[in-house]
Amino acid sequence: MPGAFEGETVTRRGLMTGGALAAGGIASAAFALPALGFALGPIFNNEEVNDEWQDVGAESDFNEQTYVAKVGTLVTNVGESGKTTVYIRKATPEDRSPSDKKGAKIMPYVAISTRCAHLGCPVRYVQASEKFICPCHGGVYGKDGSVDGGPPVRPLDRFYTKAERGRVYIGKRFSLNSKLERFPHPRDPSNHLDGLWEYLYPGRPST
Amino acid sequence: MRLLPGPLRRKNGNDKADGNGTDGNGRNGGNGNPDIPGALLVSRERDEAIVNGENGQGAKEQKALQRERIKEAATEVPATAIGWVDERTGLGPFARGFMFRKTPKGTNWFYTLGSASMFAFLSQAVTGVFLAMYYRPSADEAYTSIQHINNEVFAGELVRGMHRWGATVMVVLVFLHMGRTFFFGAYKYPRELNWIIGVVLVLLTLMMALTGYLLPFDQRSFWATVVAVNINASGPVIGPYLADFLRGGAEFGATTISRFYALHMLLVPGLIAALIGAHLYLVAKLGTTAPPWLKAEKKRDLAKEEI
Repeated sequence: MPGAFEGETVTRRGLMTGGALAAGGIASAAFALPALGFALGPIFNNEEVNDEWQDVGAESDFNEQTYVAKVGTLVTNVGESGKTTVYIRKATPEDRSPSDKKGAKIMPYVAISTRCAHLGCPVRYVQASEKFICPCHGGVYGKDGSVDGGPPVRPLDRFYTKAERGRVYIGKRFSLNSKLERFPHPRDPSNHLDGLWEYLYPGRPST
Repeated sequence: MRLLPGPLRRKNGNDKADGNGTDGNGRNGGNGNPDIPGALLVSRERDEAIVNGENGQGAKEQKALQRERIKEAATEVPATAIGWVDERTGLGPFARGFMFRKTPKGTNWFYTLGSASMFAFLSQAVTGVFLAMYYRPSADEAYTSIQHINNEVFAGELVRGMHRWGATVMVVLVFLHMGRTFFFGAYKYPRELNWIIGVVLVLLTLMMALTGYLLPFDQRSFWATVVAVNINASGPVIGPYLADFLRGGAEFGATTISRFYALHMLLVPGLIAALIGAHLYLVAKLGTTAPPWLKAEKKRDLAKEEI
């Protein structure tokens, strides 16, 4: 090999060049990798999500016919912007029947999240037509939150509910597919959940 | 006087002075240029001073000469300063090549869109830095700090207005510049790399628009960002993780606004500034193209050969 002494497989110049590059690479990685991990960290934890049971009122506040709007807190440390409207009504026998395939406990109340399944705008419930309507791109949902029209890809998300000592509590949010089957990790709006789509939009560790 | 770096200019002056042989003083020669009225004035004053001297007023003459010398030294200051820097950096040839480069025939107003985009960026950078002095990137304070800038800070409405409308202007200019490059065929060999850098710059500009939109933290910016992040989430497989990265978690929280602020304020502008440098270097290196409606002029003998 040119430039090398007898028996050498690497020239001294080559070794120095390689060594200097390696040292530079290690030095850069030493600060770049922790910084990158620091930025990507929130993907792997759910610190900001409020998973406490929240008291939303007495059992007598709710009925089976119509939704009552209550305020729940999704994120605790951002003031008003962490709060959301939740539409709650008493569950009817139809709500408990065949849909909960994935072994969900029958929940005593239906608590609908107002986050549109299209791109996340807040829907409102219109009692006259018994529809949820989204102001942004025209998504329309029926009374049980399943899609009636427009661009949404799956029914409206719901919250876990429980009733204790006459009070109604809502818990974490969960998503449903078009058969109203429950997915324990809530998905982002715009994520399909039917058939194979379920695997293309994975549940994330942050939820 | 032509724009030449110090040493060259001084040399020119000396040559002229020696050629004219006016007073044999090289330093005065620099101002002996008859094109400059100021220089004429100086020489008149000098003549007067000499006349006065012949009348026997030695002190007055001395004073006048001294004043004149200071004046000359002062006029030399910019040239001397430029020369000092040039001698230590060797920037002269580069700067001349950059500023006085040849442009093809047919160069027109469309060719100014690139520098217009750059000045839009500079104006965004300057106003942005000053807005950062009053803005507080937190969910509780962002909106009130913007109200404070708008209503109470001196010229706050103006500076924020420039930043807010300048953002739109920058996006429009960047797209017009891109259109000019495309329709003039200026992306072709050997300028493909500059086109690629330009495309990255467009994307970064849009990223600035997206991240900046959240910062006023009113209803419009909040919901627009919710929608934008969920559009990111709609990509299969990586989409949900991308949305988590942008939000800094599964829900739109306190991290989101500071994260957008850091991207808007440090990461993306840094990248844009660096890439503008590379973009400009390639423009200076490769030159600009003639507009497509100008055909290359054929030389007569070449045309004959073709026949």
